[in-house]
Amino acid sequence: MSTPVAYFLLLSSILFAIGTIGVLVRKNALIIFMSVELQLNAVNLSLVAFSRMHNSLDGQVLAFFSMVVAAAEVVVGLAIIVSVYRRIRSVNVDDAEALRG
Amino acid sequence: MQADLILFWVFAPISVASGIGMLLMRNAVHAALFLIVNFFCLAVFYLVLGAPFLFAVQIIVYAGAIMVLFLFVIMLLGVDGREDLRERRLIAQRPLAALLGVGFVLEVFFAVRASVGFSRHAPGGFDTINEGGNAQALARVLFHKYFFPFEVTSILLIIAAIAAMVLAQRKARAITQAEMEARNASREPASAPRPVA
Amino acid sequence: MSVLALAPIGAPTSALSVLWLIPALPLAGAAINLLAGKRLGRLAGSLATALVASAFILSIVVVRDLVAVDAGSRLYVRHLFEWIHVGAFSVGADLRLDTLSAVMILVVTGIGSLIHLYAIGYMHGDPRYGRFFAYLNLFVFFMLLLVLGQNLLLLYVGWEGVGLCSYLLIGFWFDKTENANAAKKAFVTTRIGDTAMLIGLALLVVRFGTLDFTAIFGSAGGTLTKGAATTIALLLFAGAVGKSAQVPLHVWLPDAMAGPTPVSALIHAATMVTAGVYLVLRMHVIFESSGVALTVVAITGLVTMLFAGTCAFGQDDIKRVLAYSTVSQLGYMFMAAGMRAYSIALFMLVAHAFYKALMFLGAGSVMHGMHEETDMKRMGGLIRRMPVSGITFIIGALALSGIFPLSGFFAKDQILEVANSTGRPWMYVLGTAGALLSALYMGRLVFLTFFGRPRSEQAERARESSPVMTVPLVVLAIGAAVAGLLDTSTNGLISRLVEPVLGAVPEGAAGIAKPVLVAISLTAAVVGLFVTWVVYASGTIDWLALRVRMQPAQRVLEHGWYVDNYYSALLVTPGKAVAAWSAYVFDTRVLDGVVDGIGAAIRALARSGRRVQTGLVRTYALAFLAGAICLLVYAGFRL
Repeated sequence: MSTPVAYFLLLSSILFAIGTIGVLVRKNALIIFMSVELQLNAVNLSLVAFSRMHNSLDGQVLAFFSMVVAAAEVVVGLAIIVSVYRRIRSVNVDDAEALRG
Repeated sequence: MQADLILFWVFAPISVASGIGMLLMRNAVHAALFLIVNFFCLAVFYLVLGAPFLFAVQIIVYAGAIMVLFLFVIMLLGVDGREDLRERRLIAQRPLAALLGVGFVLEVFFAVRASVGFSRHAPGGFDTINEGGNAQALARVLFHKYFFPFEVTSILLIIAAIAAMVLAQRKARAITQAEMEARNASREPASAPRPVA
Repeated sequence: MSVLALAPIGAPTSALSVLWLIPALPLAGAAINLLAGKRLGRLAGSLATALVASAFILSIVVVRDLVAVDAGSRLYVRHLFEWIHVGAFSVGADLRLDTLSAVMILVVTGIGSLIHLYAIGYMHGDPRYGRFFAYLNLFVFFMLLLVLGQNLLLLYVGWEGVGLCSYLLIGFWFDKTENANAAKKAFVTTRIGDTAMLIGLALLVVRFGTLDFTAIFGSAGGTLTKGAATTIALLLFAGAVGKSAQVPLHVWLPDAMAGPTPVSALIHAATMVTAGVYLVLRMHVIFESSGVALTVVAITGLVTMLFAGTCAFGQDDIKRVLAYSTVSQLGYMFMAAGMRAYSIALFMLVAHAFYKALMFLGAGSVMHGMHEETDMKRMGGLIRRMPVSGITFIIGALALSGIFPLSGFFAKDQILEVANSTGRPWMYVLGTAGALLSALYMGRLVFLTFFGRPRSEQAERARESSPVMTVPLVVLAIGAAVAGLLDTSTNGLISRLVEPVLGAVPEGAAGIAKPVLVAISLTAAVVGLFVTWVVYASGTIDWLALRVRMQPAQRVLEHGWYVDNYYSALLVTPGKAVAAWSAYVFDTRVLDGVVDGIGAAIRALARSGRRVQTGLVRTYALAFLAGAICLLVYAGFRL
């Protein structure tokens, strides 16, 4: 492979940063959730890159597990969003401010 | 010019662009679609990095299942309308987020430069790791070294499914005695089960 | 010089060992009446009287045993229990019986029991009958404690206790605001003196390390510097000034007449106000070490005597005349003490107790007959309608005026003698002027009240009081008359009795000869009485018209030379202003402000702290990110 591993790491960090900014800036709960998925994928990318770098499959296995858990998490997360939507009739996270001090 | 380099430099901008696109879209469905594009790019990267199994899994699970689920909920809740992208409440949020994001990238940049170095190529010999194919090699590691986490994740999936069912259900109203009798009364009285023709 | 080398009586004879019973009996009476007075009903008064009378009989027995010993060793000290023990300072609950306290307990219990008997009739029908006798008994207890104490702390306890009882009894009919105010005034005014006295006690502790009489008297003569002695003596005298209503703390006594008449008789004539005189007599060793203190005492007494005498002349209220008269007579006693004629002061105390208590009780009898009227302008001709009260009262008045051979004559005469013979001519002259004054106001009182024609309906319909009230009057009248025999001269019974304690009367050879003195003082008394007879009773002068013409002067005297008004303007009003400022400005704004301010500050702090809890997920996410980045940076640097 002629691409330096570091490129993948940097790409992964850029994608992670984009996901983070998405979590912080967007107000739609679903889009926030999607940004979280983007973050997870960025991390998966870096894991696979490291696996290639160290000549070991552990990174890939970890990325695999990460995908599994992310799937489960999406299921539960979306169920929660649906429940909250039923309560406040909105997916705007700013509308769920009952814990405001 | 190796193939992987070309692939990288083609798909990396696409993935970043789609990420930013997802960030900027007002319509949730559009954002989901951009994310799917991003996932596809990542799948290509997995392939480049010698993880064909993950390439497949990424497309099947992430782009195929998870994003479909997302779209399903978006449609269910009817939030494909316009979202107000203006920031009214937390004025410092956006500059701070941008700052922190950029800072994060820079940090990783310096960390990588200090440790791995930008000229380091992946060592050869990855093909011997993938002896017999990536799936077989993965299976060898997964079912020996990581057997216990594997089992635990299966339980996790079951739990997640149950949790989703519980969370999303509407509470059933208890049927009162009167309603029960009303139901019975509405059925045809003393009807013998008709024989199947 | 006083000889205080009395040896305590070794083996206590049987009677002396029950010395503690004498104060204990009235204390028991107070306790019983406080707890069960309502249930006892009419019995409360009789019980109280019986207890005080028993204390009197016990006193007689005890004193008889005391004087059975020879003169040099008439001292009995009884240690009851260890009261205070702090480091090197210890105070015991000790009782002391020497001839001085012997005389005092006889006076207190004797006259006390007569007044208790009188009060049974006087307070008949009062809804708080039992409570009254409880307070009276309590007073007697405290007074006995005061005179029997072997140390200044017990004396001070008694001192404060009688002040308390005085407050309770003056304001006994507290539903009338002026009575409550009078009680408050008495307490506050005497408190000023008491505080000074307490400082004096503290100085004594600093100087001697103890408050025990034997210890102080033993070492005081030699080791006390003039400055220290003066300071301590003046501070103690300040307490006496308050308690004995001398100028300038005399203002409470005329107002204290708001209390029931038995109270005025017992507390404000015979006993409590004499506590100041007792104090000076008891602590005369300290006073002797400082000529300045003695001079102050004498001058205070002189000024008070004249001042109060003039005020007594201008009063229309019969009790207020007697009140100012008491103040004046106490001034006489202090004058004597200031001239180091301590035993004569004591004798005058005894004589005064008799005739002043008699006159107060007589005034009470008159008020009863006049349906609680006290204005002398509405009285008149009562001698025909209330003969017993009248005659006994007149005996008392004559005694006070100093007519031979009643008790007052001997007392006054001896004082004037001392003044004259020890080279104080101006004191003698002013003292004689004082005697003339007392004759004047007494005569005015007697003639306005008992003689002439009745000037109101109540006066016409007045009747004599019941025997339970008149019998004590008679007894006291006999006492007032013959008490003079107790001390006809400087070699009299009382003088000789207390000489070991109080020292001999100073003798001198200066001035006028004795028979001339006697003549002069008698003349002054007679002249005073004659003048008042002419003006008020003979009918030749229209005293009402005269009074109208002298209205401004009479007003001044009636208001006590406006001393009360000066105090009010100089002290009370600013004091009230300060209190109002403290309560409404300082307390509400500053103190409450501080407290509220703390609360407000905390609230403000919390309010700004609350802003962290925006309730928005995005804020929390930002916080996560920031924290994570910090950790990363930290880890980055570490590595």
